[in-house]
Amino acid sequence: MAEAIAFYVLAACILGFAVLVVTAKNPVHSVVFLVLDFLCVAALYVTLGAEFVAAIQVLVYAGGIVVLYLFVVMLVNVKRPPEAFRAGGRHAMLGLALAGAVLVEAAAIAVWSRLSPAAPASAAQSLPVSGNTEQVGWLLYTSYLVPFEVASMLLLVAMVGAIVLARKES
Amino acid sequence: MVELVLIPLLKIIVVLNATLLGVTYMVLLERKVIAWAQSRLGPMRVGPYGVLQPVADAMKLMLKEDITPARADKWVFTLAPILSMVPALVVYAVIPFGDQVHLFGRQISLYITDINVGLLYVVSVTSVGVYGIILAGYSSNSKWPLLASLRASAQLISYEIAITLTLVSVVLMSGTLSMVGIVTSQASQGVWYAFIQPTAFIIFFIGGLAETNRAPFDLPEAEQELTGGFHTEYSGMRFALFFLAEYANIIVVSSVATTLFLGGWLRPFPNVEFLSFLGVVPGWCWFLLKSFVFLYLFIWVRATLPRYRYDQLMRLGWKVLIPLAIANLILTAIVKVALA
Amino acid sequence: MITPTHYLLLSMALFTIGLAGVMTRRNIIIVFMSIELMLNAVNINLVAYSAQVQNLVGQVFAIFVIAVAAAEAAVGLGILLAFYRNKETVNIDEINLMKW
Repeated sequence: MAEAIAFYVLAACILGFAVLVVTAKNPVHSVVFLVLDFLCVAALYVTLGAEFVAAIQVLVYAGGIVVLYLFVVMLVNVKRPPEAFRAGGRHAMLGLALAGAVLVEAAAIAVWSRLSPAAPASAAQSLPVSGNTEQVGWLLYTSYLVPFEVASMLLLVAMVGAIVLARKES
Repeated sequence: MVELVLIPLLKIIVVLNATLLGVTYMVLLERKVIAWAQSRLGPMRVGPYGVLQPVADAMKLMLKEDITPARADKWVFTLAPILSMVPALVVYAVIPFGDQVHLFGRQISLYITDINVGLLYVVSVTSVGVYGIILAGYSSNSKWPLLASLRASAQLISYEIAITLTLVSVVLMSGTLSMVGIVTSQASQGVWYAFIQPTAFIIFFIGGLAETNRAPFDLPEAEQELTGGFHTEYSGMRFALFFLAEYANIIVVSSVATTLFLGGWLRPFPNVEFLSFLGVVPGWCWFLLKSFVFLYLFIWVRATLPRYRYDQLMRLGWKVLIPLAIANLILTAIVKVALA
Repeated sequence: MITPTHYLLLSMALFTIGLAGVMTRRNIIIVFMSIELMLNAVNINLVAYSAQVQNLVGQVFAIFVIAVAAAEAAVGLGILLAFYRNKETVNIDEINLMKW
């Protein structure tokens, strides 16, 4: 019961804030809603027992990535009033139609596949450690070591790339 | 029901009230200590030796007119102080003030909760606090707050990296992210981590000064340069929220430092039998005492050191503290593996 | 009772909102933010199914998605700033120099 209430409240918040992100006229407001949305998603992860991902979600998304967005919005928002960023008319309708089509398609697939739930707990893994953080860490540093290293390389490349791109040429 | 709802609720009420009380008296303490450092008396008029000054301050701030600038972004302007206050208070959920105590025939643990990702929770929640500052600067529609908020956010993000790296080396020592687990591992290893991680401790302290926008890193609030910083346009209760958030953050940094580096509620030298008479003092007293030492250090530093310049601040953060923290982390890992 | 289907539907709806944002908005920063919403929708799915089948690989991949999102945001916003310095606009319709 408590799980259901938590789910519906969080789902309503997530979707509501997401709609506000997309529809807000002022990009700064969009960023604020995005932060709130990510916090709600993190809360949803907690209800799913994924505390580590929830903490990373808040730390990296809400505390890192969105701050970057806010910085850029503030840097580029100075010279033009927010009214200059209105959504276009005909394109917008077409875009909404396409998005609706994707939703219908995904829903149709979900319905036709009978919404069969995946096999429950039978496939439980046995890891030599307990606790969500320890288990995720164990997987990251054993089975998924190579993807993990690739991800760190990706971040390094992205960091160098971002610095090169954003640097003023003297 | 009592275990699940009532006791946590009571703990939350007690911790929040104690924090807010602590914050208001922290302000008084700061004024007094700085006054003594400058051979003044400080507030003396309200109550004996000015002990009722916080009450007067609170009354003043509550009764003041709450002004919203004409061209401000209204609801962001209102949201910003809330966004900086809430993270500062939410962190207290995982801070262990003490071990178990017997109260009214029940075993009560002196922390609101102990979660598996405790330290990560502290880091992530405090990293959200930066929004309050940035949004305050943006929504005021005034150039000084905007400049201050850009400075503040650059400063917070830079020093967050160094702080988080030092926390990682502490986690390497303790092997757990749980705040209670970190204290108990200090008890079982018989040493405060400040002694085996001195570099991390110093970096954490410097970073903590910068994270809370305290002197000598108080550029975001430099009165002489920015007429007060990101909260220039705020008045009344919303200003008070920023003010409270800053001091609440100082208390957070002090209690986190106490937990991670000074053994939380443990008595000094927890494994020395000879000093076991110190155990008569309850754990939470030790915790408060250690945190108080930190708070005093914060004020002392403010009374002593001049403000850094912005480029010096950035250089210190990126070219000194972060490399040092990384080196410390690698060294810790190597020693840990070599000893294992 | 909350089944994975509920999470699937939530994730679908969130993905669609993000997609609608990408399709309708012309401010490139909001387009980026909509993409983040879509990545989050994927993550909700991964974590929900990870909880359902008691297998943490879903959470591991959610962390990879977050890492990739961070890289994407850094590079994307870097490109955006470089572009903004040259053309003083963030409207995608005006980013048409390469159009033939």
